[in-house]
Amino acid sequence: MSSQVPLVSYLTLGDPPRLIARECRQCGARFFDRRNACASCGGQAGFDDAVLPGEGALRTFTIVSVAAPGVPVPYVAGVIDLGGTSVRANLVNVKPDPDALALGMRVRLRTFSMGTDGDGVEAIGFGFEPAATTDQGVA
Amino acid sequence: MPETVWILGVHMTKFGKHPDKDLVDLASEAALGALADGGVSIHDIQVLAAGNVTGGPAGIGQQLQKQIGQTGIPVYNVTNACATGATALRTAIMAIKAGEADLGLAVGVEKLSGAGLLGVTGTQRGDGEPWRPSGRFGNVAPMDGWVGTETMPGVFAQIGLQYLHDHPYAGAPLELFARISEKNHAHSTLNPLAAYTKRMSLDQIMNDVMVAYPNTRPMCSANCDGAAAAVLISGAALRRLPAEQRRRAVKVSASVLTSDPWQEACQVLPDVSTLTRQAAAAAYEAAGVDPADLDLVELHDCFATAELIHYDNLMLCAPGGAVDLFDSGATWRDGRLPVNVSGGLQSKGHPIGATGIANVWEICQHLRGEGGQRQIDGARVGLAHVIGLGSACGIHILEKAV
Repeated sequence: MSSQVPLVSYLTLGDPPRLIARECRQCGARFFDRRNACASCGGQAGFDDAVLPGEGALRTFTIVSVAAPGVPVPYVAGVIDLGGTSVRANLVNVKPDPDALALGMRVRLRTFSMGTDGDGVEAIGFGFEPAATTDQGVA
Repeated sequence: MPETVWILGVHMTKFGKHPDKDLVDLASEAALGALADGGVSIHDIQVLAAGNVTGGPAGIGQQLQKQIGQTGIPVYNVTNACATGATALRTAIMAIKAGEADLGLAVGVEKLSGAGLLGVTGTQRGDGEPWRPSGRFGNVAPMDGWVGTETMPGVFAQIGLQYLHDHPYAGAPLELFARISEKNHAHSTLNPLAAYTKRMSLDQIMNDVMVAYPNTRPMCSANCDGAAAAVLISGAALRRLPAEQRRRAVKVSASVLTSDPWQEACQVLPDVSTLTRQAAAAAYEAAGVDPADLDLVELHDCFATAELIHYDNLMLCAPGGAVDLFDSGATWRDGRLPVNVSGGLQSKGHPIGATGIANVWEICQHLRGEGGQRQIDGARVGLAHVIGLGSACGIHILEKAV
């Protein structure tokens, strides 16, 4: 039986896939990893899931040409503002060229297969593509 | 009224490749140089603060003592990423301010020649290897490269472009940041202790190897070996010294260390601005100095993109006015407010543990009128700034003895 695992635990593979933040019950600050308490208010009231919109604006980016061994280059890395919550991600379906990228451009969440392991488990990665591009999968 | 602290002696080694010297050799050279510069010996020192980031777990302070004098004094081994040197300096200053010591020694040292990209290690995945979630993000592959970038050139590239997003810029970012780098490489030609002293044209900088757009290789801080050290003294002890020995002392008008307060997005892309603004505000207030009073600034240009935003963070310009400040020519050596006359981290080099004392050494050279070819004439007040990602910000404001 085939199964899937998300690249990160804050990516849910529903239809449509979404990124999920952990929101502090006391102050509303949002995080993506397991928390011991809130870094914003220090509160220990706990956290609730907050589903983030699938589309947002590119706040900043870089095109990485020199990376650690095993990381394919060049690739576009950026920060995306999803309705007031910032997320870090790669950009996909876009040429790694400054002329193809604009600060503030609209982008949307895309998922893609990262390959299947020996047990038949497929890892699903995510990135953001220009919202204006046609609807097609990521190679 | 807390004790005023002074720099009595200060020394910086040549930055660059030192294949024949280990960490302890470099630290010893800087420490002995600072002691000689201050006219004191290791037996006069009552507290030692030593900083090193990549040299391993053994205490660099005690290793240094084994070479230059095991006197039994308290040793604080400190680390704070690229703000490690400033943290060592501040640790010694705090001990003096607390009244626990009259004289202290702060040393920062690093060996980084040929270190390559810092902060990322890379992984190789075998065919069919199980996808196994791990760590706090439950990730099945490295975050770096799959979920944005953790490379330093890439992180600071985004920080620079974010500034141009928040304060729209009509020109080409690559050319803007290359011009900042051109300035610092030009400055380095007058600094014999810099790792690289080659003037580079705008074309050369723009067309060099692209590391992380818009940062090309010459826009990145240069990994190298080096050390710097300072002898700190209380005002009371300074007054007991002969006039000739007191003459070159430099006043530490402000010594501030901050960490990054929580901000939206700060755990997604490091926020190196808020903690710098807070440190700058505290430092100006402590020193009773206005940004307009500064005669020179050494700021943390770990990448050309970083220098731009710190003009704004250090309040050297009106909010949002960093590009205008640079375009005015003010930050060139012959400008109104010279920035990184040493050549900055892009050409002087960035042995990370040493940087936060080396920038203080540079300011002292000018305040003492010993800046040689690159002397800023009549310099009376200078500011030294470092950022350690994670994050820590150290700022020292220094003044010429009256």
